[in-house]
Amino acid sequence: MKNLLLLLFCLLPVFSYAGEAKDLAEDPVLEKRMIGLAENLRCLVCQNESLASSRSELAEDLRREVREQMTKGMTDREIIDYLVSRYGDFVLLDPPVKSYTLLLWYGPFALLLAGLAGLVFQLRKRNNKVSEARLSAEDEQRAAAMLNPPNGHGE
Amino acid sequence: MMRYILPFVIFMVLAVFLYIGLGLDPHEVPSPLINKPAPAFALPQLHDPSRQFSPQDMKGQVWLLNFWASWCVACKTEHPVFMALARQNIVPVYGVDYKDKREHGQAWLRDGGDPYVMSVSDMDGRIGIDYGVYGVPETYVIDKEGVIRYKQIGVVTQQNLREKILPLVAELQAK
Repeated sequence: MKNLLLLLFCLLPVFSYAGEAKDLAEDPVLEKRMIGLAENLRCLVCQNESLASSRSELAEDLRREVREQMTKGMTDREIIDYLVSRYGDFVLLDPPVKSYTLLLWYGPFALLLAGLAGLVFQLRKRNNKVSEARLSAEDEQRAAAMLNPPNGHGE
Repeated sequence: MMRYILPFVIFMVLAVFLYIGLGLDPHEVPSPLINKPAPAFALPQLHDPSRQFSPQDMKGQVWLLNFWASWCVACKTEHPVFMALARQNIVPVYGVDYKDKREHGQAWLRDGGDPYVMSVSDMDGRIGIDYGVYGVPETYVIDKEGVIRYKQIGVVTQQNLREKILPLVAELQAK
């Protein structure tokens, strides 16, 4: 009897461990889908981490929530909409194109265009300034003398 | 002259933007629930789990919903502010004991005083998610129609109360 109790006692950690790990192993397909979705969502506590990688308690709760909604048969779109309606666009790591994110999305292109326009403008202006200069006969002689020194000193 | 002015102007514009950026707190995420109906729930009361409380019970009244927890350090700072508010009898404050053990929540109120008309317990944080809570304390001002009008992220201070919350409450109560 004593031995049996001892044996049961030894098994205790095994049982308790099984209880904790169940969450992940329950449905690997669903878990994969959840992680895929959570990778594009922001954890609100540690703001530059995704919901998939964050270890904060809120992230754990939100992963559980996502998991449950998936079990209920909600689509990825519906789940994302639910989270956005609660936490705002801030949960999306990929910000949507909206009136107030136009600058974010297209600002760099606008800057690039402005830069190109500026460059073209400057080049044109410079082109007009540089006039074709002709050398006078005297200068031409001097230049020729410099290029072909008579004693071949420069070679 | 232009070649000196232009870079300077660009620099000043950038500097102004960066300076504004310094003053922003990225941890204050604006809630999309402002001006939306407060999400419905029915949670067991903290002191009497056999009875439930739901926001529908508060129709016709302006009230505050405060998410707190016994494990929350910042809630200790906020607590005296609510204690003082409760004595003034201006607006009822309801509490949600967020992700907490029932005994711990009860003990916290017993030791520090209970400023809440009633507290409910949201043990697994589900209602918190529904309200977009991402850290306690958070406080919502809810109007007579059950619409969220304001969310205070973090500690409610005397100053918040005086400058933002109470004027808003007075305005909503007058409606």
